[in-house]
Amino acid sequence: MSTARAEILAGIRKALRRGPLAAAEQAALEDRIRRHDRHIIPERVNRSTGELVELFLAKAGEVATTLEEVDDNAGVAGAIAGYLARENLPARLVAAPAVREFGVDWDTVPTLEVRTGSANRDDGVAVTVGMAGIAETGTLLLVSGADTPTSLNFVPPHGIVLLRRGDIVGSWEDGWDLVRRSPLPRVVNFVTGPSRTGDIEQKIQIGVHGPVRLHVILVG
Amino acid sequence: MQGSNSKAFPASARAALDDAVLQSALHNLKSGFPVRRAEVVADLPEFEALRDAGRDIKDHTLANLDAYLELYEERVTASGGQVHWARTAAEACDIVMRICNDAGARTVTKGKSMVAEEIGLNERLDASGIRRVETDLGEYIVQLRGETPSHIIVPAVHVTRQEIGATFREAHDGLDPDRSLDDPRAITDEARERLRADFFAAEVGITGANFLIAESGSSVIVTNEGNGDLTQTLARVHVVVASIEKLVPTAEDAMAILRLLARSATGQEASVYTTVSTGPRRPGDPDGPEAYHVVLVDNGRSALIGTGFQDMLRCIRCAACMNHCPVYGAVGGHAYGWVYPGPMGAVLTPSLIGIDHSSHLPNASTFCGRCEQVCPMRIPLTRMMRNYRAVAHERGLGSRRARLALTLWVLVASRPVLYRWAARAGAAALRVLAFGRGRLRRLPLAAGWTATRDLPTPEAGGTFMSRYRRGQQR
Ligand code: SF4
Repeated sequence: MSTARAEILAGIRKALRRGPLAAAEQAALEDRIRRHDRHIIPERVNRSTGELVELFLAKAGEVATTLEEVDDNAGVAGAIAGYLARENLPARLVAAPAVREFGVDWDTVPTLEVRTGSANRDDGVAVTVGMAGIAETGTLLLVSGADTPTSLNFVPPHGIVLLRRGDIVGSWEDGWDLVRRSPLPRVVNFVTGPSRTGDIEQKIQIGVHGPVRLHVILVG
Repeated sequence: MQGSNSKAFPASARAALDDAVLQSALHNLKSGFPVRRAEVVADLPEFEALRDAGRDIKDHTLANLDAYLELYEERVTASGGQVHWARTAAEACDIVMRICNDAGARTVTKGKSMVAEEIGLNERLDASGIRRVETDLGEYIVQLRGETPSHIIVPAVHVTRQEIGATFREAHDGLDPDRSLDDPRAITDEARERLRADFFAAEVGITGANFLIAESGSSVIVTNEGNGDLTQTLARVHVVVASIEKLVPTAEDAMAILRLLARSATGQEASVYTTVSTGPRRPGDPDGPEAYHVVLVDNGRSALIGTGFQDMLRCIRCAACMNHCPVYGAVGGHAYGWVYPGPMGAVLTPSLIGIDHSSHLPNASTFCGRCEQVCPMRIPLTRMMRNYRAVAHERGLGSRRARLALTLWVLVASRPVLYRWAARAGAAALRVLAFGRGRLRRLPLAAGWTATRDLPTPEAGGTFMSRYRRGQQR
């Protein structure tokens, strides 16, 4: 063990006027971690599932995320193609492997050029899948994994996220409970709107290094 | 100490007050963030209770910091990452440089990190010949201009867009020299375009951390631009530089404090990106860094535990205290002479580099108390500034004139008869000087005070003590 480590820990103990924690105290800390109790959850998320969807839409809109709703998987490919057309974008995109869970049939839009994988420097549009939508702040919960490359969330200037209506939850903690169901992924991104900066005379500019536009397609 | 110029505060402050460009930038700041903060705080009825929770979480963590650090390290290691411990700034830089050299780094991208500024990492990287690219827009501007940040969340707050345009024109060759860079949009787009290649080229990406989570061995960054995420996703090696007090036990603890952070900092309900990272790329992951390192920096922090300044370790670097501070609002961040400006800097700088190097900073306060009113972590900033004033005085660090004045004051104030006589004489003298007008335009020896306001003179009828005695007799 490095001397720096030993010295820092010894320094903290000296400052706290005690030695290493006794076994019972150590167990209490580990128990606190195991319980991972919540603190105060904002009252605003105490509402019915339907109202949570309303709140999510409203809050996401406030942070400049654009939204559209489709009834079922069958509508997804068309919605994507429609978005590209509306935004005057080339009919080309990179998609997360997870998009197949939405049964998207790219053949229904033959003009669309689709690559599956992580993002390259020149990709203009990414389509990925959100694990949850958090109503509290209109936030998307995106996790890394073999089927959901993290680079898709940040590199292309246009980000499209597919989200199931049933995956909208209330608080950040509710979202984290979903993450806790499986081993913790390498990256968990909470994304609240397209990237922004106030670094130039504090005038807010939407679209800096991350996506310039963020579009959510709510399915179901 | 690491490029500290805190001793020059009085002179720098005077120069700042005369700098018209800086004054207009500071005016924007004062009218922007505080208003937005007030709005979002009003929208969250739980805010006050969350402040208590935030304070308690940090106090609990600090009281058990040794044990939580060990748990944290264990879990970083279990996730395939590596923890490095650094007692001092130099040690921390050595570790980062070693990692960069082992990775054969030629380009290093950096997300915004105040602790990296604190340990002087930028100078070390630059001296080594590695190309350092600051990726936060404000930091990038400051880097191109050869300056240091003047605010902890808007580093280039002191620079106008005309100046940024000129800086870009000079630094970015190969572009049309007559292109328009008048509006923030054009500037932002050019920065985005320029930095894109660097994100992909960098061998090492360095970020700070807003939190470290003991439960999972994770680091958390909170940003708006997405630069931090590109930095840590696209480089082959991710290095997190974080000070030891960033630790919290669980994700739920971090979330409670996150509700305070964005609201207090920029007046947002949530920053655009809050990212929890745990270890390097997993088998099957299509992207992400191959190696994940955390450099835990002490640099004087453990010595604050158990002292009257421990509460400062709760600070989450939200900048609310400086956004609401009349002194920061008047002189800006550079006058403070070191990495941390404003009320938090007036306490943290003496704590980290020593009061001997920064004895003016605790005086950079009117003790109006706004910083404490807004500090989400309920840090008693004015009490700690007062304590440092006392320490500075005991060590004989103040100016000779101020010390003489204080000594005279003590001499008079601790002798009731003398004090009452002096108060009566002083009040009478002021009334005479004012020719009965009730206010003084100018006062000998106090021109600085009366330059911007009149001094009301005492009313006739005697001092408090003489009135009190008359009342008792009645
Ligand atoms: S002292 Fe308080 S208000 Fe100032 S930066 Fe730290 S947490 Fe924020």
